[in-house]
Amino acid sequence: MSNNENNNLLKSVDWFTIILYFVLVVAGAVSIYAATYNFDKVSIWDFSGFSGKQFMWAALSFLIGLSLLLIDRRLYEAYAYPIYGVMIILLIVTIFIAPDIKGSRSWLVFGPVSLQPAEFCKFATALALAKLFSTYGFALNSWRNYAIAIAIIVLPIICIILERETGSALVYTALIFVLYREGMSGFVLFAALCAITYFVLVLKFADVMFMGIPLGMVLVFIIIMVLVVAMLLFYCRSLELARNVGLGYLACGLIAAITAYFGFVINGYAFFFTVIGLSIGYLLYGMLHNDMRKVQMTIAFALVSVVFMFTVNYAFNNILQDHQQKRIKVTLGITDDPKGVGYNVNQSKIAIGSGGLTGRGFLNGTQTKLKYVPEQHTDFIFCTIGEEEGFVGSTLVLLTFLTLILRVLVIAERQHTAFGRVYAYCVASYLIFHLAINIGMVLGMCPVIGIPLPFFSYGGSSLWGFTFLLFILLRIDADRATYGVW
Amino acid sequence: MRKDYNLEKRKFVIGGFITVLVIIYIVRLFTLQVSDSQYRKNADSNALLEKLIYPSRGLIFDRNDSLVVFNEPAYDLVMIPKDVMPFDTIDFCNTLQISREELDDRFEKMKKSSNYSGYTQQIVANHLSQQDYGRIQEKLYRFPGFFIVQRILRHYNYTCAANILGDIREVNAKDIERDDYYRPGDLTGDLGVEKSYERYLRGRKGVEYLYRDALGKIKGRYRDGADDVEPIAGNDLHLTIDMELQQLGEELMKGYIGAIVAIEPKTGEILCLVSSPNYDPSLLIGKERGKHYAELVRDPSKPLYDRAIMAAYPPGSTFKPSQGLIFLQEGVINLSTMYPCSHGFVNAGMRVGCHGHSSPIALKPAIQTSCNSYFCWGLKRMLENKKKYGSIGQAFEVWKKYMVSMGYGYRLGVDLPGESRGFIPNTAYYDKALGKDKWVANSIISDAIGQGEILATPLQIANLSATIANRGYYITPHVVRYIAGVGVLKRCIERHDTDIDKSYYEPIAEGMRMAVTGGTCRKANIAGLEVCGKTGTAQNPHGRDHSVFMGFAPMNDPKIAICVYAENAGFGASVAVPVGARIIEHYLKGRPGADKEDAAKSGKKGAKKK
Repeated sequence: MSNNENNNLLKSVDWFTIILYFVLVVAGAVSIYAATYNFDKVSIWDFSGFSGKQFMWAALSFLIGLSLLLIDRRLYEAYAYPIYGVMIILLIVTIFIAPDIKGSRSWLVFGPVSLQPAEFCKFATALALAKLFSTYGFALNSWRNYAIAIAIIVLPIICIILERETGSALVYTALIFVLYREGMSGFVLFAALCAITYFVLVLKFADVMFMGIPLGMVLVFIIIMVLVVAMLLFYCRSLELARNVGLGYLACGLIAAITAYFGFVINGYAFFFTVIGLSIGYLLYGMLHNDMRKVQMTIAFALVSVVFMFTVNYAFNNILQDHQQKRIKVTLGITDDPKGVGYNVNQSKIAIGSGGLTGRGFLNGTQTKLKYVPEQHTDFIFCTIGEEEGFVGSTLVLLTFLTLILRVLVIAERQHTAFGRVYAYCVASYLIFHLAINIGMVLGMCPVIGIPLPFFSYGGSSLWGFTFLLFILLRIDADRATYGVW
Repeated sequence: MRKDYNLEKRKFVIGGFITVLVIIYIVRLFTLQVSDSQYRKNADSNALLEKLIYPSRGLIFDRNDSLVVFNEPAYDLVMIPKDVMPFDTIDFCNTLQISREELDDRFEKMKKSSNYSGYTQQIVANHLSQQDYGRIQEKLYRFPGFFIVQRILRHYNYTCAANILGDIREVNAKDIERDDYYRPGDLTGDLGVEKSYERYLRGRKGVEYLYRDALGKIKGRYRDGADDVEPIAGNDLHLTIDMELQQLGEELMKGYIGAIVAIEPKTGEILCLVSSPNYDPSLLIGKERGKHYAELVRDPSKPLYDRAIMAAYPPGSTFKPSQGLIFLQEGVINLSTMYPCSHGFVNAGMRVGCHGHSSPIALKPAIQTSCNSYFCWGLKRMLENKKKYGSIGQAFEVWKKYMVSMGYGYRLGVDLPGESRGFIPNTAYYDKALGKDKWVANSIISDAIGQGEILATPLQIANLSATIANRGYYITPHVVRYIAGVGVLKRCIERHDTDIDKSYYEPIAEGMRMAVTGGTCRKANIAGLEVCGKTGTAQNPHGRDHSVFMGFAPMNDPKIAICVYAENAGFGASVAVPVGARIIEHYLKGRPGADKEDAAKSGKKGAKKK
């Protein structure tokens, strides 16, 4: 490697991202010091303590980052599949040889050092996916290509679920954003969003009755009706159909309201089945004059939505395991369980809430210091920030993360190659998922899924995993001018 | 490479998604941290342990500043169930020196108790000895959630005056409901001044705020103790009681059921307040309190019943001076009015017996000889004076008003719990009992001699004596002279003037003096002390007559007024008078100096023990 090349690297590497990375890692190690600070412990550098170790991991991760920057990007591209293969094998081996640590078999123990291969498989999967999309002529335009792309994503998920690390496995589902960016129909995202909304509403309002049926169902029926009208308007682009169906729904709703006012409450199932049935009948008739396929899709959407809604309750009670049901119920506020499953979240909310506007001050938090919040230095590290640095500090941390993610998106879109772009989107997706789920969990807004907050949560594997992801991206980005432009 | 600008727009969807999510999270943070202060409170209740520091309870001294009640530390082992971790029960039982079954039993009882809460201190073992305390304290670190709190135990220097001093007990659910100062396990006064002066004696609890971690381990002081509250010690009480006199009174009453009340007339200070039978106040402290308390409750002679202020007895002939006062005031008689007595009051087929003395007889000799007939005639004349009063009913109301002004029929307001009001009937009472317009003076004539429906507490009788000694007024009798740091409570030293003219008191006092020098109370005649007295022999449905004595001395500068009431002891002269005389003599003659100190020491039991 010549001096010239090094100079180019110093010039072309994205210093902004490196600074954000550096800030987050240092803030993370300091937070761990605060989270594990005890009244008798003194030094932040003590290598037997969590913060000392984290500083050590951080120092090593800077070295790793530097090394990664020095590796030619062609190597990543050339060895993407082998790296992916090795990682999958490592994951499979881990299933069999890993010791049982708190019910999970995801750690490889080498003497004093333990590594979690699942963290390193993230960049390998990203490389493989990037390699796939950079294959000449590859596009998401056939079932076969979809299948290959999905297989690359699903393979590590299966392995990691077998290691009983469901949280880490779910991270890979975030790669759906990559598929979306590369041409997957937006309808899939839309459907996923609808499914989540239905699920939450049906479960959350399962016990409140309205029109003789659970309120959750009523709400979902109404949403389905609104969405049908919206689809007719924006997707089928038929003002006539949308107007007629919409006015029909309103009229029926008015009739139901008037009869209810005079003391006769129409049964919800009868009402909604009749109304939606009538509208579907009308649409079948209307298909004759409009774009058949798009109206079909709308009808299919309505029918699938209704079926899905009825399936949710059944699925929830019969497919999910007990502790998963509980976690979801606690998150949705259906059951309150501050001593059991809800303990973490409740304590976490108390810790964050007690921070106030400016926090209790560094090392002055009581909830985290006195160990009321479990996993406070790993998955619940954000509590320490919330309690000690308050609204101001936590908001700053969130905004820094947001800036990093948006920066990665900017980097992604300035790539000239599918390889660079897809890889960058993978990095962004992982970050989005980790941030969304970890913070959502700590704030009691989504189920407790044990995944770390990148750069903050204690642990070398997580930190190094994200270092790999980010610095490979930086190297690819640094070389963007040299590649892909013909 | 071809760029798909339609797909490139999707970066806005993804970027927009995470931006919106972060904004939602920031809003959520804002509601949690800034707009809701509840979480801060929850955090504090999580991490802060409010450790109560008990103040020392006020001491009690007698009128001569001799220490009567003091404190000694005691230790309780308590637990906060929420903080208890699984522990080695065998080790725990060994440390406590109890069996496994007993431990289970205690936990069982604790959980059933109405005060049970997983978040507050629950008592595992109370009143630990100094040795137990040392042993348990040493091993306590092994049992998180358990700790030792120090409390106080009362100790007594005398074996007497239990009825005045009272005792302390643990608060019950009602106490806690009534006064939010109390927490389960706190102590409160139960009887006597411990109860009536609880607010002053208890002081104010202090609080120490400590950090505690999720395991219940204490991690340090919150804000270096800036918010801690120092306990304030209770106020000492200085009693009006002369413990030496009290001691003597209780000894004299041994074998009798009854009471002695001695009052300093000028001040209303109660010098002794004996209720017999009595008990050693030390019985009601410490571990054995419950057992001893149950025994005292079961005792048929009712030692817990303070007869001096709670028992309502027929006052018998001690009532007669009050009648003489009313008759003089109402002009029914004057000093030379004579009524016949033919071994009793005989009128309209009615007879109230009397004993041998000359007849007819005037007021002073009537008091001297305790003539029943004289007072019956007086009451009859008064009630039948339709010209003056209109009807017997109105006349009787006038009579009742005088009695009330002399402290009868209502509580005197002594500063002890449980005082009885006695009973003075009124017109409505007889209208109801005998029928309106169906009763005449003869129907109720025994009221005139303190029989009939009349009931009075020994305190009320002593108070009448004090009123006569003062020639017309009394100060609310009280047992606490002053509270250290607070002073004298005004309500305790109110002056009450009776509705009787002062001048009428002198002849009554003279009559009572005559009873001592040459009448029914000759046994109270002590050389050098002008004792005035009046006996009483109260008939009652429970057997032998009650023996009563009421008196004061010296006649012209009264220092002590007294009532002695001995149930079923026969003639007033036989028991009550000699007892009263001993008390008066001791109080007025056994004056300060060497003998007093000796007497005090012999009465003290704590002096040797300590």
